[in-house]
Amino acid sequence: MHASAFLVLLGSGLVLYLPALSELVSRRPLVKAIHLWTAVAWIAALALVVLVGDRPGLRRTLRELDRFDADDRRWLRGRRVPQGRFNAGQKLNAAISAALALLFALSGFLLWYGERDTRFRFASTLLVHDGLMYVFLVLLAGHLYLAIIHPSTRHALRGITLGTVDEEWAKRHHPKWSDQPRTWRGGERSFATPVATAPRKNTCTGRPGSRSPSDSS
Amino acid sequence: MLAGGISAFGWASPAWRALSGALRPAAELLPGGVRGLVPSGGWRIYTVSDSMPKFDPDHWRLRVDGLVEQPRELTYTELRALPRAEQVSTFHCVTGWSVEHVHWAGVRFRDLLALVHPKPNAHALRFVSAEAPYEDSLTVAQAQLADAMLAYEMDGRPLRREHGAPARVVIPEMYGYKNVKWVERIELVAHADDGFWEKLGYDRDAWVGRSKPA
Repeated sequence: MHASAFLVLLGSGLVLYLPALSELVSRRPLVKAIHLWTAVAWIAALALVVLVGDRPGLRRTLRELDRFDADDRRWLRGRRVPQGRFNAGQKLNAAISAALALLFALSGFLLWYGERDTRFRFASTLLVHDGLMYVFLVLLAGHLYLAIIHPSTRHALRGITLGTVDEEWAKRHHPKWSDQPRTWRGGERSFATPVATAPRKNTCTGRPGSRSPSDSS
Repeated sequence: MLAGGISAFGWASPAWRALSGALRPAAELLPGGVRGLVPSGGWRIYTVSDSMPKFDPDHWRLRVDGLVEQPRELTYTELRALPRAEQVSTFHCVTGWSVEHVHWAGVRFRDLLALVHPKPNAHALRFVSAEAPYEDSLTVAQAQLADAMLAYEMDGRPLRREHGAPARVVIPEMYGYKNVKWVERIELVAHADDGFWEKLGYDRDAWVGRSKPA
């Protein structure tokens, strides 16, 4: 959801922004509409996920993302310290992306509304919006590299798409996640039995066994 | 973090200008299509309809009519044959970006109007774009500013399609939306009226720095 919405917004945004593409595609009113409605749809989808989704699970994730402890601070300074389900870099990326997304939405709204109400036209709105794009491109490059190429992190993509990760990988890269007891829906705390899954090839010699990323305390 | 981000609305303009200025030499090394990827004080192309007009040199005509003694239709060749004026000026868009050092070549409105002999009650020029429904107006006094012209060349080459080929209004002292692209007709009228963006709330006298936004 995030990836497809983001890419459509980036693509349509670039058509609106780059002269070469503006001339090639023309149809500015249409591209503007695509850009705007994709943004609206994304926000609506996020609202839907919160309303209809696994709220306790979302809350757990949010709490984890929001918690920066001493280990996280050391990790950010380059030390090899144990990390939880999300390492400090991932937490930071989440926080920055969320803040930037809010700014995007705000500046985007002002751009749209300012065309209709002159009181909301500011000289810097467009430049904020464009500047954000450049910042996000940097974040995106790093994000894609770590998700798809970098050996020690790309396994996480499996967790997002399929729901499970290799247990040995998790113990090695996210030890504070592995060691924590998990809460069952029923409210009892216990260590859940690992669910079997295909062992990972390459670096980690994964024993069959895995952890589901949606389990967490 | 959000507070810092929101503060960006205050410092984005000068920061962008500074960054663009610094990056411009690097951007100029890049080929044309990709150059726009680097913020470099370059152009953005805005249009209002579904396609940009295509210039056909054989069939294009510039109609100059309205409150004039001798309405005319000029061919592209006839337009180019008029007294040539050149200038270097900065283009300012009302949305906040600018392009510096743009070389324009074209004809001054005074020389264009000399062909048609405007009547005494003609006080404004209404520029009709081939990109319907875009249009905008200037008073005769505004059109005769020293750096106003109907331009047919930009940066040493004939005006490119996305910049309004073959002819566009250039009036650097006003925001870009007054610089009508793809001009196909100039109508002399009694008084200036609201153009495309004025109808959406923008100023008619769009003096750079003296009209919304500040």
